[in-house]
Amino acid sequence: MTALLTFTVLVLVAIAIWQMTKIFELSQTKTERSEIANDSDNKNNGYLLFAFLIFIYGITIFSFAKYSKMLLPEAASEHGGDYDQLMWVSFAIIFFVQTITQALLHYFGYKYRGETGRKALFFADNDRLEFIWTIIPVIVLAGLILWGLYTWTNIMDVNEDDDPLIVELYAQQFNWTARYGGDDNVLGEANVRLIDIANANILGIDESDPNAEDDVIVKELHLPVGRKVNFKMRSQDVLHSAYMPHFRAQMNCVPGMITQFSFTPTVTTEEMRLNPDVVDKVKRTNVIRAQKGDDPWEFDYILLCNKICGKSHYNMQMKIIVETEEEFNAWMAEQKTFKESVMVDEAETEAEEQVASTDEEADVESEESASEE
Amino acid sequence: MSEVAHVSHDDHHDDHGHHHKETFITKYIFSQDHKMISKQYLITGLIMGFIGIAMSLLFRMQLAWPGESFGIFEAVLGKWAPDGVMDADIYLALVTIHGTLMVFFVLTQGLSGTFSNLLIPLQIGARDMASGFMNMISYWMFFISSVIMIISLFVEAGPAAAGWTIYPPLSALPMAQPGSGMGMTLWLVSMAIFIASSLLGSLNYIVTVINLRTKGMSMTRLPLTIWAFFVTAIIGVISFPVLLSAALLLIMDRSFGTSFFLSDIFIQGEVLHYQGGSPVLYEHLFWFLGHPEVYIVLLPALGITSEVMSTNARKPIFGYRAMVASILAIAFLSTIVWGHHMFVSGMNPFLGSVFTFTTLLIAIPSAVKAFNYITTLWKGNLQLNPAMLFSIGLVSTFITGGLTGIILGDSTLDINVHDTYFVVAHFHLVMGISALYGMFAGIYHWFPKMFHGRMMNKNLGYVHFWITAVCAYGVFFPMHFVGMAGVPRRYYENTAFPMFDELTNVQVLMTVFAIIAGLAQLIFVYNFISSIFYGKKGPVNPWGSNTLEWTTPREHIHGNWPGEIPHVYRWAYDYSKTYENGEYIIAGQDFVPQNVPLQENEEELNH
Repeated sequence: MTALLTFTVLVLVAIAIWQMTKIFELSQTKTERSEIANDSDNKNNGYLLFAFLIFIYGITIFSFAKYSKMLLPEAASEHGGDYDQLMWVSFAIIFFVQTITQALLHYFGYKYRGETGRKALFFADNDRLEFIWTIIPVIVLAGLILWGLYTWTNIMDVNEDDDPLIVELYAQQFNWTARYGGDDNVLGEANVRLIDIANANILGIDESDPNAEDDVIVKELHLPVGRKVNFKMRSQDVLHSAYMPHFRAQMNCVPGMITQFSFTPTVTTEEMRLNPDVVDKVKRTNVIRAQKGDDPWEFDYILLCNKICGKSHYNMQMKIIVETEEEFNAWMAEQKTFKESVMVDEAETEAEEQVASTDEEADVESEESASEE
Repeated sequence: MSEVAHVSHDDHHDDHGHHHKETFITKYIFSQDHKMISKQYLITGLIMGFIGIAMSLLFRMQLAWPGESFGIFEAVLGKWAPDGVMDADIYLALVTIHGTLMVFFVLTQGLSGTFSNLLIPLQIGARDMASGFMNMISYWMFFISSVIMIISLFVEAGPAAAGWTIYPPLSALPMAQPGSGMGMTLWLVSMAIFIASSLLGSLNYIVTVINLRTKGMSMTRLPLTIWAFFVTAIIGVISFPVLLSAALLLIMDRSFGTSFFLSDIFIQGEVLHYQGGSPVLYEHLFWFLGHPEVYIVLLPALGITSEVMSTNARKPIFGYRAMVASILAIAFLSTIVWGHHMFVSGMNPFLGSVFTFTTLLIAIPSAVKAFNYITTLWKGNLQLNPAMLFSIGLVSTFITGGLTGIILGDSTLDINVHDTYFVVAHFHLVMGISALYGMFAGIYHWFPKMFHGRMMNKNLGYVHFWITAVCAYGVFFPMHFVGMAGVPRRYYENTAFPMFDELTNVQVLMTVFAIIAGLAQLIFVYNFISSIFYGKKGPVNPWGSNTLEWTTPREHIHGNWPGEIPHVYRWAYDYSKTYENGEYIIAGQDFVPQNVPLQENEEELNH
């Protein structure tokens, strides 16, 4: 398909050049060459405008045919369905308008190309037309605005209803850490001024806060399916953005404040791996990876950093695993609490990891250390 | 096409040009003549544009072939590309400087500075700008800021690399990235001077348009170019000072230990003293300029398009008053939509709702403009000169890029495409490519006015347009899909995520188009330079245009008109106007210049 497009483009360019040389020759034969478009320029460029319309449609069809399958799979969160629906409707409107307006623009360019002796129509104003193309966008946009705002208000309403799981996402150059509230589901107080790397208190958790004792700090995000999760984002250095594209979720992490986002995962990692679109994508990707000599890939949800944060911005990620309630509980039971890992055990290994991950060179290691945890 | 000899050629006493002797320095360097200053802006802008576009080709190669070694990287980037492999820090620096140069230096001062200076006095019938001296200062401040920006590319730790939006804390802390040291300091200094330059220029444009219009040139007879430049200058005056305050506060945070934008920071093993500031405050200040800036870039291009399209369609621009109203509406709305860049910044979601509302409103005047352009073409007698093609191209990319704004302006839909390639595709089409097309249209159209009647080669112009037009879509159309696949912008490479592996092919396709487009610009450069010296001289009014600039002689003289300033009797768009019997107002000529009095039996149509 790429070859086809390249070929089409080459053909178009060739036609353009051929036309140009023809114009050039034609204009040479006249006694005086003028740099103002003459009838043959108008004719040639009129035809090219028409060809260009076909090119725009062509590249649109090509892109949809070839790239649609590469887009994100169906949303894996409750609000994601509403998001996808609104996106789909907006796209339908956009493509309708795009198809018509581009057609009119280029067709008029072709149809009314200049000819000596043709008289243009003196048509300076028409209130009815102006009214029509003011009022139609008003109505369509009013609909989109209302629908969008309704959805937005629902998504951004972060509340404590339905016993949400409280999770802190902690960003630093260039890795993520997650903290769970533990048995009490309440996060202990924290501030960067309390960070004590020697004692592995990498998140600056207040050791005197009783709520902090059962907090669980991990480098891989596990979420139980079907339970609402309230995320509290923090950053210790620069702006980051917690971007979880499969869940249609994103929120910046801002040093000095706690930002929030909330969603309910609806599809487990295992289920998503069986989704036909995902199966195809993994298959295609692994063909490419095999050619490059990379290890095969297995689908996982992922958390990316989506706000420029420095040298290794491009590799600041954390794996997300959505699993059943039982699997989640079993996993959680294996984790050390803050009290066990810091207050009792001096946990030198974590300190080393911290040092390694802040090192500029440690782009790749940070991911490995994440999985070691 | 003949022209009307209504310009008085009697020698009058107010012939400024020949009275005082000009030296090389006062004529070509420290000139106070708006025509020379406009050329200075143009050429400086084009040089900055050359650098900016070359940078984009470098990082596009890195995106298409990540980690690959290229001789050109080593040659151009030196120590930043050991063994020809681009370093991640310099990648971010290239992205940052590309954005800065293109947005500010090329499309703000390069576009607006050039054409406001050239056309405001000529089209309103003034001898020069209100203050020629201030105009000169404005250019030279722009020049100094350009030089400082270029110097910043050569500092030891590298140029600014925090993205063109330079969000703190990344831009404030040298330990966060090397580019935030000396490179960022120079960036801020350069921008502070740039803002001063832009303000001086804008104030001059506003005063000139208000005060120096010739007799008969009422506001409702102004060509749309002037309306666009005038309103652009106003939003510049309103919004640029806010960027200056953001830059000054950032300089204070960086150098004097204040905490306007910084709080609770632990970096490289130590806690910094900053307490109580907020990066979100910076985002508000930045985008208070940053969004109007989009229209500062775009409105002049739309103004140029209105003029070029109407002239070449041999038809009046459709809906003159609606066009003026939509320029005003866009300008007003542009100052209250900045929050749509910040939906997921952590600001109150209710605020997000308000900004969604205002943002989507801006689609209405934009739609009106697009439809009016299309109607202007309808039943015209289109003279497809290169400038006309670029104008049609502008409308095409303006629509394609503008429509995706409906998605990004919707706070809900923005969540998942925010800061992805979808955004990059959107703003490059709607403001980058569109404004560049406007600039090219202006250059092809007014080249004879700038360079003593010499014209650019039209065939090279056609080749330039068609290659550029195809490649612009080739680069930015597929890019939407990369964004919707979730690929974040400003990633040095996408290889760290297997889910993006299959998108590398798309990157290759885009890069190939980008390189072809970049090379096509060399055709323009050649055409531009050779036409300055060897361009064929055309008629005094080559495009058969109505506006006053074509009533001046080819040779530039101080004061523009050798005799009296022409008076204006009609609007600028009496193209193909006929009597009721179907005869042109001026027999054998399909246009009636603004300085031609109303003829007998002619109806002044109320536009």
